[in-house]
Amino acid sequence: MRDAGQAAELAARASYGRLLAYLAARWRDVARAEDALGDALLAALETWPRTGVPDNPVAWLLTAARRRLVDGARHAGVAAAAEADLKVMLDERADASPAAFPDERLALLFVCAHPAIDEAARTPLMLQTVLGLDAARIASAFLVAPATMSQRLVRVKAKIREAGIRFEIPAPGELTARLDAVLETIYAAYGSGWEDVAGADPRRHGLAEEAIWLGRLVARLRPDEPEAQGLLALMLHCEARRAARRDAAGAYVPLGFQDLRRWSRPMIEEAEEVLAGAARLKAAGRFQLEAAIQSVHAQRVRTGETDWEAVTLLYEGLLRHAPTMGARVAHAAALGEARDAEAGLGALDAIPPDEVATYQPYWALRGHVLTALGRAAEAGEAYDRAIGLSEDPAVRAFLLGRRA
Amino acid sequence: MQYTILVYETQAELAARTDPKRKDAYWGAYRAYTTALREAGVMVGGAGLEPPPTATTVRQPGGKRRVQDGPFADTKEQLGGYYVIDVPDLDRALEWAARCPSAATGAAEVRPNLRM
Repeated sequence: MRDAGQAAELAARASYGRLLAYLAARWRDVARAEDALGDALLAALETWPRTGVPDNPVAWLLTAARRRLVDGARHAGVAAAAEADLKVMLDERADASPAAFPDERLALLFVCAHPAIDEAARTPLMLQTVLGLDAARIASAFLVAPATMSQRLVRVKAKIREAGIRFEIPAPGELTARLDAVLETIYAAYGSGWEDVAGADPRRHGLAEEAIWLGRLVARLRPDEPEAQGLLALMLHCEARRAARRDAAGAYVPLGFQDLRRWSRPMIEEAEEVLAGAARLKAAGRFQLEAAIQSVHAQRVRTGETDWEAVTLLYEGLLRHAPTMGARVAHAAALGEARDAEAGLGALDAIPPDEVATYQPYWALRGHVLTALGRAAEAGEAYDRAIGLSEDPAVRAFLLGRRA
Repeated sequence: MQYTILVYETQAELAARTDPKRKDAYWGAYRAYTTALREAGVMVGGAGLEPPPTATTVRQPGGKRRVQDGPFADTKEQLGGYYVIDVPDLDRALEWAARCPSAATGAAEVRPNLRM
């Protein structure tokens, strides 16, 4: 019976994060919760084809997973502290309907982005626990050996257990800083939005949808946090232009040359609405500024031009909040458009060279402004660096064309 | 730590080396990649290899010598060259492998060099 298998998969995909968050929070052990949920899923695949799909597949999975956890603990001879939890879990067996078990995903997100957790492991952990992505796919997206990624995830889950990191929403005093870490972690999955730099090289592959899903989740769970709304608006604005980044032949198209008919209007409208909602909360921040920059670009649909003065000013504001390399280079690009190539080059020259040895967008932009200044030989050298640092063959071909 | 990036190329890529329409893009990409490695201070060495038909393979199983025209294995992707780089860890090595033009068309395999 294929239907039962599909039902198991559907129930798992739709509610994986919620089930896992709930189990992990009760058990304070992410790895065990994952194993139990995995076992429950396997049991569903075996049982449902015979018995038929239960009325409430999610409740079935939750009950099965709980039973595994309880059995496993009994087997291992639980510590006194866990005994209480064991009782709680057994008591709760009766009310396993999805509406009845609390949504602990926000607490899980805070655990994933906890300051005690290695920054490089935060986004992968979030993708695995909240979305159920497998380690191999995460490894590919992050350009890490699959064995290394699995090890990192195992180690970080052991740390959560051993350090006793609590599944809770941080106290008001530290909520903003902790939420920032959650948002950064989600944005890291989305990758680079700096596409207004000629030939910018995005670092993450194939996780945009997952990142937006997480962004929506946080924005929904914390409607009162302007930065959570700002991040969602930013990702939606960038995503709205995805189709326009390649032409019919698959060639890379930089922002300034994109076919506006291929921008997604519904996504732009949603982004604008979310950003406006954030602005009403009256607390500016990094992600709102970045979203505002993308919003200025999106105005081109209506006005046919880009207000580079506004973009430059917003980047100056952004640099005060988050002076990242991406923001510095993009600010130089905006300055080059708003004033002249000389100004753009000046801003690039102000960045220490040893910090950009492997930063592709810097070299792409440098080639661009030096070409505009008629310094062809230096432009060629800069373009060579950008070409050599590109991963995307379409971007590489585009830059090779510019260099010629 | 030293790693070797093995550049595996498809027939089509190897043909691009001499195709008048494609050779500029081909050599431009590899020249730029080599420059980027050098300028970043990670390049130790390496070589580009002439295409597989120029290979000659020697085998002496049990003392019985056999010399054969062509490469050792007849596979879809062939070794077109290699880079030896010095970077702190595998993550960095993979970053460079992803930038290798053959990663998009064939493959770029990363191996840690034996410490000798």
